[in-house]
Amino acid sequence: MAISRRTLLGLAAGVPVSAALAGCGSSGPGSGTGATYWYLNGQPQEGVRAGAVDAFNKANSKTQIKDTTFQNDAYKTKIKTAIGAGKAPTIIWGWGGGTLRTYVEAGQVEDLTSWFDQHSDVKKRLFPSSFGAATVDGKIYAMPCETVQPIILFYNRRVFEKIGAEPPKSWDDIMSLVPKFLAKDIAPFSLGGQSRWTNMMWLEFLFDRIGGAELFQSIIEGEKNAWSQPDAIKALTKVQDLVRAHGFVKGFSSITADSNADQALLYTDKAAMMLHGAWSYGIQKNDGKKFVPSGALGYMTFPPVEGGKGDPSDTVGNPAQYLSISSKASAEQKKVAKDYFATGVLQDEEVKKWIDNGSVPIRLGTEKLLASSESADFLKFTYDIASKAKVFAQSWDQALSPTAAETLLDNIVKLFQLSVSPKQFADNLNAVTGK
Amino acid sequence: MSAVTSRPPRHEQRNVLPWLVMPALLMFLGFAVLPLVGVFALSFTTWDGIGAIHATGLTSWRKVLSDPGLPHALWVTFLVMAVSWAVQTPASILIGVFLAGRQRYRAVLGVVYFIPLMLSSAAIAIAYKALLNPNFGLGAGLDIDLLSQDWLGRPGLAFGVIIFVVSWQFVPFHSLIYQGGVQQIPKSLYEAAQLDGAGRVRQFFSITLPQLKYTIITSSTLMVVGSLTFFDLIFVLTEGGPGDATRVLALDMYKRGFQASLMGPASVIAVILVLVGLLLALLLRRLGGRDAGASQLEGV
Repeated sequence: MAISRRTLLGLAAGVPVSAALAGCGSSGPGSGTGATYWYLNGQPQEGVRAGAVDAFNKANSKTQIKDTTFQNDAYKTKIKTAIGAGKAPTIIWGWGGGTLRTYVEAGQVEDLTSWFDQHSDVKKRLFPSSFGAATVDGKIYAMPCETVQPIILFYNRRVFEKIGAEPPKSWDDIMSLVPKFLAKDIAPFSLGGQSRWTNMMWLEFLFDRIGGAELFQSIIEGEKNAWSQPDAIKALTKVQDLVRAHGFVKGFSSITADSNADQALLYTDKAAMMLHGAWSYGIQKNDGKKFVPSGALGYMTFPPVEGGKGDPSDTVGNPAQYLSISSKASAEQKKVAKDYFATGVLQDEEVKKWIDNGSVPIRLGTEKLLASSESADFLKFTYDIASKAKVFAQSWDQALSPTAAETLLDNIVKLFQLSVSPKQFADNLNAVTGK
Repeated sequence: MSAVTSRPPRHEQRNVLPWLVMPALLMFLGFAVLPLVGVFALSFTTWDGIGAIHATGLTSWRKVLSDPGLPHALWVTFLVMAVSWAVQTPASILIGVFLAGRQRYRAVLGVVYFIPLMLSSAAIAIAYKALLNPNFGLGAGLDIDLLSQDWLGRPGLAFGVIIFVVSWQFVPFHSLIYQGGVQQIPKSLYEAAQLDGAGRVRQFFSITLPQLKYTIITSSTLMVVGSLTFFDLIFVLTEGGPGDATRVLALDMYKRGFQASLMGPASVIAVILVLVGLLLALLLRRLGGRDAGASQLEGV
């Protein structure tokens, strides 16, 4: 019973493959009856998402949705890998835009255009502006959900009182506030720079305020050398001016936004201002103890830059969050997902919870609820920005393709590190976004 | 006589051997060789990780080899390797020699030194990240200015922190190897040296170190090849930052593949990693000299 080399090799080749196949079968999209749904963790948002799923599962005892949560930055890679491997969840949570486009081009998500035609009531109850980032080449591939999240300039009223200053009304005000705060050992701006997209928000506003909305539009459209236009270089230079003046908190490049350490700097009076998404309000309300209830948290839109072309009402951020359906899911799972879109997403209970957390859900006709909330002032502020902005641009890293976004984020960090000049930055990016 | 007959016949014993090798061989083929072949094949393609895979010949190779990011990542990897070797080896040898002795509390201290090895890299990295935070960390908490540097936010400092944390984690492991090595050295050598009037320092340099030659080679191989694949610790501590100051090859591979959706170029880097690893391992074996199999104890 001697074993020849050939049988050995034969066994070796056969076993791992079958073992691998057996190992993968358990969580594939085709197995099981219920639909699967992955989304981001982190309170208070996680609780609202889980609550909506629970409510749907309770109302539909036969069709269940199994939910799994992930941390923000980890999710961005996990979901791509899962989709690429054909192991995507039935319902794919995302930000729409450039990433959604790559899913669409790979045929990985369902076309929902005709479903929305049949269910026009679902479409009609949501903010019309939320559908832009869900649409690829004229077809809708995602259900807008959750809340509208413009980027806002938050500030700490307590420390402004301490130095006896007013919130900035222009870029020059910002630059002149910097030394005043530094003299009192307060960081002018909090920033979670290791997360990279946090730095990007600064460029998004400076590009808009200096060059107008057309400037980034020309980049998205792949215009040649769009990044080296004089207005773009001017914006890139301004941000480096602020870095050189020590406008950002010490150690900003090793702070991550996922840990909310950047928010903590603001509500512990260690920093005076912070440019962040509207969701930050909920976090500060949750973690900052008396900070929000005492009215110490101030908020405003990004101020204009002297001589700039941008409209001060322009904003940038996430017009909504998005749910797509994996094209690899079974017919049954797809049906559960669509039922969830129609009867589970943004129902009254979920809408109320978002509002309690200080966010504006993208459902129309919530003005009364918003006005009666304990965060009414902030909600009205967000609602007005979202509904009155001349241009509501999508976050750059979501609007661009993942490959271009990675180069962008990488170079933004270097720009904030002062290790590339504005011109080098522009050259590096022209190479990936130009046609 | 009965003892001899109860032993199984020789040829049967030989037949059992291949079966004993099977599990290890299968694991190796399934989890090392197979993926390696896959990565090699992928390095000649263009793939965003989601859509279809297109064979594009040498495009990915050309792209990576002409990218200034590659020599930089290679340089950082080499620096991490060299500096962490230079820090860890002397420390490990000294601790190993100390632990092999007969001092008081040796066993207790041995356990204390061993603790870092039992923690996961991710946990260690998260703990250090919190301690080194310039605004909420140890320095700020104790109000010690010297400790509240921007540890992970400045290129040179971040590199130093990584070397320190890596050493903190792995020195215990290598000390253990050296402890074993030192305990193998025959006592008679030391006794003879003592009779000849050699002091402790002389004994260390003339007996302990030369006798540890192969232990040093083993431990160095583990350190050098291991440092090629440092990922978790650096990923959690700095994510390769600030900028690309601590972006080693393994991180560069991950970032290209899973963040930028460029699986082709990421596979190219994976292949380069394998080649560099093999080359280094071979080189270190060569360092052992041609008589690598010979005994160190000749004449004892």
